[in-house]
Amino acid sequence: MASCSIEDVLAKAERDEAEKLRSITVNKELDLEFDPGNLLAFDKNRIDTREFKDSKGEDFLRSLARDNTQLLINEIWKLPTEKVEEVIVAKLPDPTTPLPREKPAPKPKPPTKWEQFAKLKGIQKKKKNNMVWDEVHKEWKRRWGYKRANDDTKEWLIEVPQTADPNEDQFAKRNKAKKERVARNEYNRLKNIARAQKIKVPGTGLAPTAQQSKSELAQAVSIAKKSTASVGKFQENLPKEKTPRNTGKKRKFQPLIGDFSSEKQKQLDLLKIMDSKKPRLDITKAVNKQMREEDKESSQKSKKSFGKKGRKGNMSGKGKGKAGGKGKGPKGKGRKPQMKQGKR
Amino acid sequence: MRPLTDEETKTMFEKLSKYIGENIKLLIDRPDGTYCFRLHNDRVYYMSEKILKLATNISRDKLVSVGTCFGKFTKTLKFRLHITALDFLAPYAKFKVWVKPGSEQSFLYGNHVMKSGLGRITENTSQYQGVVVYSMSDVPLGFGVAAKTTQECRKVDPMSIVVFHQADIGEYIRSEDTLT
Repeated sequence: MASCSIEDVLAKAERDEAEKLRSITVNKELDLEFDPGNLLAFDKNRIDTREFKDSKGEDFLRSLARDNTQLLINEIWKLPTEKVEEVIVAKLPDPTTPLPREKPAPKPKPPTKWEQFAKLKGIQKKKKNNMVWDEVHKEWKRRWGYKRANDDTKEWLIEVPQTADPNEDQFAKRNKAKKERVARNEYNRLKNIARAQKIKVPGTGLAPTAQQSKSELAQAVSIAKKSTASVGKFQENLPKEKTPRNTGKKRKFQPLIGDFSSEKQKQLDLLKIMDSKKPRLDITKAVNKQMREEDKESSQKSKKSFGKKGRKGNMSGKGKGKAGGKGKGPKGKGRKPQMKQGKR
Repeated sequence: MRPLTDEETKTMFEKLSKYIGENIKLLIDRPDGTYCFRLHNDRVYYMSEKILKLATNISRDKLVSVGTCFGKFTKTLKFRLHITALDFLAPYAKFKVWVKPGSEQSFLYGNHVMKSGLGRITENTSQYQGVVVYSMSDVPLGFGVAAKTTQECRKVDPMSIVVFHQADIGEYIRSEDTLT
C-alpha cells in the first residue's frame, strides 16, 4: 500500500513538474516577434478555425492568450532589471514598432506681419553676431539685451537740441520713448498670436486721424454714443438724428431644426391673429347686397303703383275689373309690359 | 437654409390666403407628418422634416433645392408665388376658374384669359380675388387673379380679360432655368 502510494505520489509529483514546465514553456511553430519597449508580441502562427468553432471558442482564445502572454513575460524576464524604491523593475528598451500619430499633424503657423512683408519685398534673414564692439566703453557688448552696446537711455549727457523746449527732460523723454516702443512691440506680438489662432480681439476704438471721411465720422459718433456705462441705452438723439439699427451686428435666426411643434403652434397663432384682423363684414359685398335689395323694392313699388293706375281707368267701366288688377282685362290705354327683374 | 422670421411668415401667409383662404392650416398641420417652410437663397421651400434633416448634410453653396419651392422673396421683401406651388394650391383653392379647351393653349403660353375662353367660374368671386385656373377636365393649369366679379363676367363683352395670368404650367418649359 505504501509503495503504491509512494509511486502515486512520485507520479503525481512528476506530473506536477511537467505541468509547471508546460505552463512556462510554450511550443509554437513560428517564434513570436517581440517589442518589449511597447510590451508588444506578434504572433504570426496560423489559427485553426475549426478549433475555434468546435470546442467553445472562448476556451481556445483563452489558452491562446495565456500562451502568448507567457511568452511575452518570459521576454520581459530576459531584460536587465534595476531596483526602484525596493521594487525590482525591468528596464524596457526603446520601442521598435513605429506607431501612427495620436493627434493630427500641427498646421503651419500663419506668417506674422513682418514675415509677410519680408516675403513680399524679398528680404532675407541675415545672420548677425551677438557681440558688437562698443567704442565708448572699449569692449565687446551684446547687440541687444542687458548692458547692450549702444543704449541711449544710459547716456550721462544729452545735448538739448535747438528746437526743443529748454524745460523738457530729455532723459525722461528717451525713457518714455523706449517704454512706448516696448509696449508697441508687445502689442504687435499679441496681435500676431491672435491672428494665428483666429481669436477675435475687441476693437480698441478709433485711431486718431487727421482728415476723417463722412463714414469715419459717423462711426466715431456711434462709438462715442455707445461708450457710456449703459452702453448707449439712455443716450438721446440729437435733433434730426436718426437711430441707426444693425450697425454691424449679425441677425439672429431661429435654429434650423428647432422644436417643430412650437413652430407649428406659432404659425397657427399667427393665422388666428390674421383672421381676427380681417373684417367679418365684407363692406363691398354688404353694399352690393343692400343695393340689390333696394332695386328689388323699388321695382316692386313701381309694379304696385302701375297696377293701381290700371284699376282707376276701369272704374268708369265694369265693376268686375276691380279685382282684376294688374294689366288684365281690356283697357283703353296701351298696356305697358310688366317690369321684370334684371337677370343677375 | 433657415426658418422664416415672423414678418416673412406673415407676408407669405397673406399671399397664400389670397388663393386658399383659411386652408393654410391644412398645410401647416398635416396628419401624415410634420412639414415645414424653410428659406434658402431667398426662396421658400416646403418639405417634410425627414427631408430637412437629410438636407442639413449638404453645404449651403452646393444645395440647390429642397422639397417644393413655393416662391421667393424679392429684394424689397415682397413674396412672389411660383408655379411649383400649384400642387399645394389646387386641392385647397377657394375660387376656381375653368377654361374652355380652345383657349387653354393661349393661357399656357402666358396670356390672360378672356371672356370668350371662360368656361365656368365659382359663384361669388370678388374682383382681384386669387383664383386657380383649371381646364374643363379639372386639370389645374395655373393660377391668376380675377379681373371681374362673377356677376360682371356675365355682363361684359367677350373680348375683355376676366382672369389675369400669374403662373401656368407652361412655365416649366419656358423658364426652366430659373425654376428651382
